[in-house]
Amino acid sequence: MKRGGSISIWFFIGISLLVNGILIFGASVYQLFQPPPKELVLFRLHAGVWWGAILAIIGAIYCVYYVPGRGRT
Amino acid sequence: MIPFFAANAPRLVHLSTVDLVIIIFYFALVLAIGLYLKEQANTGEDFFMAGREMTAWIAGLSFLSANLGSLELMGWAGASYQYGILAAHWYWIGAIPAMLFLGLVMMPFYYISKTHSVPGYLKLRFGEASRALSSVSFAFMTVLMSGINMYSMALVLKIVLGWDINFSILISSVTVAIYVALGGLRSAIFNEVLQFILIWAGALLIPILGLIEAGGWAGLKARIAVNASAEYTHLWSTLGKFNDNPMGIHWTGIVFGLGAIIATGYWTTDFLVVQRVLSAKDLRAAKMAPIIGAGFKMFVPFIVILPGLLGLALLPMKLMPEAQAIATGGHSYNEVLPLMLARYCGPGLLGLGITALIAGFMSGMAGNVSAFTTVWTYDIYRALISKDASDAHYVSMGRWSTIVGVAISIGTAYLVMDFKSIMDYVQALFSFFIAPLFATVLLGMLWKRATSAGGFWGLLAGTGSSVSMWAWVKMDPTALRYVALSPYARDMAENMYRALWSCLICAFVTVAVSLVTTPKTDVELKGLVYGVTEIPSESYVSTLHRPWFWAVVVGAIFLVLNIVFW
Repeated sequence: MKRGGSISIWFFIGISLLVNGILIFGASVYQLFQPPPKELVLFRLHAGVWWGAILAIIGAIYCVYYVPGRGRT
Repeated sequence: MIPFFAANAPRLVHLSTVDLVIIIFYFALVLAIGLYLKEQANTGEDFFMAGREMTAWIAGLSFLSANLGSLELMGWAGASYQYGILAAHWYWIGAIPAMLFLGLVMMPFYYISKTHSVPGYLKLRFGEASRALSSVSFAFMTVLMSGINMYSMALVLKIVLGWDINFSILISSVTVAIYVALGGLRSAIFNEVLQFILIWAGALLIPILGLIEAGGWAGLKARIAVNASAEYTHLWSTLGKFNDNPMGIHWTGIVFGLGAIIATGYWTTDFLVVQRVLSAKDLRAAKMAPIIGAGFKMFVPFIVILPGLLGLALLPMKLMPEAQAIATGGHSYNEVLPLMLARYCGPGLLGLGITALIAGFMSGMAGNVSAFTTVWTYDIYRALISKDASDAHYVSMGRWSTIVGVAISIGTAYLVMDFKSIMDYVQALFSFFIAPLFATVLLGMLWKRATSAGGFWGLLAGTGSSVSMWAWVKMDPTALRYVALSPYARDMAENMYRALWSCLICAFVTVAVSLVTTPKTDVELKGLVYGVTEIPSESYVSTLHRPWFWAVVVGAIFLVLNIVFW
């Protein structure tokens, strides 16, 4: 993909997904041991754990693939 | 919590530390992108047209994201709670054919003419008067739309977090002003692509979890049949009569008013979205960008319409119009998306969901602001005020007009609070300005006999008649039976028909005046009109890389969706 300069937009997106995924995954794992006082609907599915993990994995792939200097366009 | 943004209003949720970190990280990232791209926004072509070097994917996602503001997310989720699945018409027949038409038919003329804006095309085709009229009306509409987006955002933060409405408006609009003023259109486009991804990442869990709770699509339909009516889950079968469906509209209004006029007008002549495609690196990318956008647009109802329907099926409280909600302290239609977010999302996910709504606001507002900046600088300031300044002067004017445009938008944010549904207000604006503009541009591109005088007087008559019809119904509600063909028609239906009439009036006047005035020569029309413009052949690329092939694929999926939800 075309860049605005030497950093691809997809690298920025990778950073965003990776950081958000890690934060959501970490917060959701914490809730497994410290459930929130007012339980959410479908809390038993632990959506935050698997959703955070998916975002982090996709973000990591984008970060590695579009890291500045690798010459991806 | 800091007192400045801790208003006394009740709130749906309390943000945890991790939610705040996610939101703050988002603001830091968009500002970092703006700062990074400042170095690539030194010339007018860079600042206003992103250097015309975007790929089809980036231009296509940006094209869609600029339209996917918080207004879209909240407004259409609220509309689907209010009107049922009929709201999906605005994503399917009200978007897909128009986007394909833009890519395959109209984009070559925009791109080959090398215009920088839609008013710029009118200047080349019809002359300065038409440009002045369309650019002034566009600038007016843009700042109003920007204000609507701002109000939507402030509403989200007030309802969900209890934040002070003024604080929300200030922090979000200042951020947009900074990153657009720094990096111009390229910064707006890059952030729109980021925002598009975040919107999906933050909003996708709501329909997934909602469908699990409701027991799938069958369970959802059964619950809606009990809570409201079975008509709420049918796309076409209830449109035979005005009073058979929640929207009070007839299928002719949807097909001709929405599909043929408002949607085609919006997606092909509203510079807010067309500007993104004009930044494409070549003609094939410019043709592919709207088709890529259409492919993604078809699935946006999954994160917008479906949550509204799920709210109708699952929420324990009854939502109501905005004015009634304010008077009674209840929840309005427009709050359905945040209510569903609060229902399923805990710490972390909630922060991402709020970030998605903020991202939606910013992409919508940045789209309006960057389009306003270009039209103001090129089509008003340079055309009418300062014709011979340097390129650097116009870039500087672009940066300053970004800030001024945001400031004016803040003032308009408070105007929209009296409307019972945000989307009714938006549709009224479109019928004033976009519907007649579509007739003018389409005739200009496809009929070489159309003259400068015809274009100008047609556009003026179309806009004037639309505003007049709106005022007529406001002063005398019984006039609805004439404007919308039925006394049972509601606001949405009235907007559809008003758009249809104004477009037809514009076309009629354009044709009539053109036939009695002198047309331009073929040489003057080269690159602007069908029949005297050579469209580059695509025979050198494989079928899989041709725009028409993907347009057929998207069109086939569009047909299947309409049949499945008939």
